Amino acid sequence: MLKLIATRAILGLATLFAVSVLIFVCTQFLPGDVAAAVLQQSATKETLAAFRRELGLDVPAYIRFFDWLWRALHGDLGVALTNGRVIIDVIRPRFANTMFLAGYAAIISVPLSVGLGIVAAINEGRPIDRISNIITLMTISVPEFFVGYVLIAIFTVELGLFPSLATVDSDTGFFDRIYATTLPALTLTLLVAAHMLRMTRTSVLSVMSSPYIEMAFLKGLTRSRVVAHHALPNAAAPIITVVALNLAYLVVGVVVVEAVFTYPGIGQLMVDAVTKRDVPVIQACGLVFAAVFVGLNTIADILAILVNPRLKYRR
Amino acid sequence: MKIFGHKPPFTAWLGMTIVTVNLLVALFGPLLTPYGESQSAGGTWDPPSVAMWLGADQIGRDILTRLIYGARMTIGVALVTTVLSFLMGITTGFLAAVLGGWVDQLLSRLVDIILSIPLLIFALIILGVFGPTIPVLILTIAFLDSTRVFRLARALAMNLSVLEFVEAARLRGEGIWWIMRREILPNASAPLFSEFGLRFCFNFLFVAALSFLGLGIQPPYADWGGMVKDNAAAISFGIFAPIWPALAISLMTVGVNLVVDWLLSIEARPSGAQAEL
Repeated sequence: MLKLIATRAILGLATLFAVSVLIFVCTQFLPGDVAAAVLQQSATKETLAAFRRELGLDVPAYIRFFDWLWRALHGDLGVALTNGRVIIDVIRPRFANTMFLAGYAAIISVPLSVGLGIVAAINEGRPIDRISNIITLMTISVPEFFVGYVLIAIFTVELGLFPSLATVDSDTGFFDRIYATTLPALTLTLLVAAHMLRMTRTSVLSVMSSPYIEMAFLKGLTRSRVVAHHALPNAAAPIITVVALNLAYLVVGVVVVEAVFTYPGIGQLMVDAVTKRDVPVIQACGLVFAAVFVGLNTIADILAILVNPRLKYRR
Repeated sequence: MKIFGHKPPFTAWLGMTIVTVNLLVALFGPLLTPYGESQSAGGTWDPPSVAMWLGADQIGRDILTRLIYGARMTIGVALVTTVLSFLMGITTGFLAAVLGGWVDQLLSRLVDIILSIPLLIFALIILGVFGPTIPVLILTIAFLDSTRVFRLARALAMNLSVLEFVEAARLRGEGIWWIMRREILPNASAPLFSEFGLRFCFNFLFVAALSFLGLGIQPPYADWGGMVKDNAAAISFGIFAPIWPALAISLMTVGVNLVVDWLLSIEARPSGAQAEL
């Protein structure tokens, strides 16, 4: 089992390395180069050459890549082109904001959807299962901003309960922060909960059709006991995978939701950087998103190995 | 009424109606509208009236007119993207399966890496480098989306390329393109067809999300994602201007999903439905 886990962790690191290569390669395709993009009209041959030297663009790409990666690993993500600020200082508070929002949404959505998914599986085919099926199908196929604006229309405009703009800064206290981010967190919850609920239901039901479950029923056990004690342990691995995948999706879905509620997270930072075509910031944000995404997936796989009852009793 | 020899359930009819109406509006829209695409016909966020059924937008343009013009742009871009994505994905997927060896390894590993982080993040990086113009937008999304098509096409072709008729074609000395086009494609078309609906939905939402972020289709063209963004501030005053285009996007995706659900349920049946599609 340890060997399996170690393999998976190494695979995760390798993936992250490959992704960082890809992110770097993408930004090398810039028509002209960064220097030309920044200087634009004012670019003469001399200023261009000087600026290239300043940015280190006169050395080969692969050396620049390892240099970039090495610095990034030490927390130095470079300097923003547009305003000259140190990127890591800009990213850190925004990353904390994004993780706060994603964490808040996760705390609501994971228990809710796994619980309801199990309830739906126990009541397969009954009205409660059908209703949850229809509702989840609808929330899966609508865009993030639709959910966001409908929630604003209900909770801000009609009921006046929560603010429509999630403005927070470093001085905002914990409870004010919770209050301000409730609507974005709810939006994210609705988006990921539907998927998690459906997958939980499906994986519990697929285990339910196996012979040992039939045996448990034939012994005369109640349906809820069979689900809780016989089906769930074997359905846990796929459920954990789905939960982690959706947590990873949370971190991405956050990009659009942050825009709806103008929440100062890393998604907004990346979108701003793309608008201004500030390549170092784009690279840095991309790397952070990739690290979170690959990290969560790796953790999910490792957890799935750990909880698998079939792997428990071997060395 | 029967379609493809099957009687569609109510939900499939609903989906087909939604999709057909949307496509008709996208095709003939400009004939229906009383105003021009960027004609200012009222004040900022005028309430709905007989002259403007859904009210006016942030600079006094009729929202319904903009929605109708937006259908053309939003659906058109998503459709072109999906077609391109399928061309690329099917070609590379079939090639990987038929050739095998290092071609397969190279393409598959590349796709693994691209799919290991969210496509939105990749799209943002590429758009940041090349700038958000419509051709870049279409090519970017088509390229990223083709990785998913690649996986399906490769899996389908893998199963088909070991069958006797493909073997026979190889022994006859047929070329690789002939085998891909005449032996594999017809037998893989049914699952690819319903996948087309799903990928269209995904690309449609992708384009809408990017436009909403201000990185997709640029003004002065009307498009649904951009309309949501432009009218976003209205919601704080209790004006529903951004809800309408968002609702139009939702309706379209729900419609396509309903049709795809039905197609998938036909395919799941053993009654030779594959041949009919």
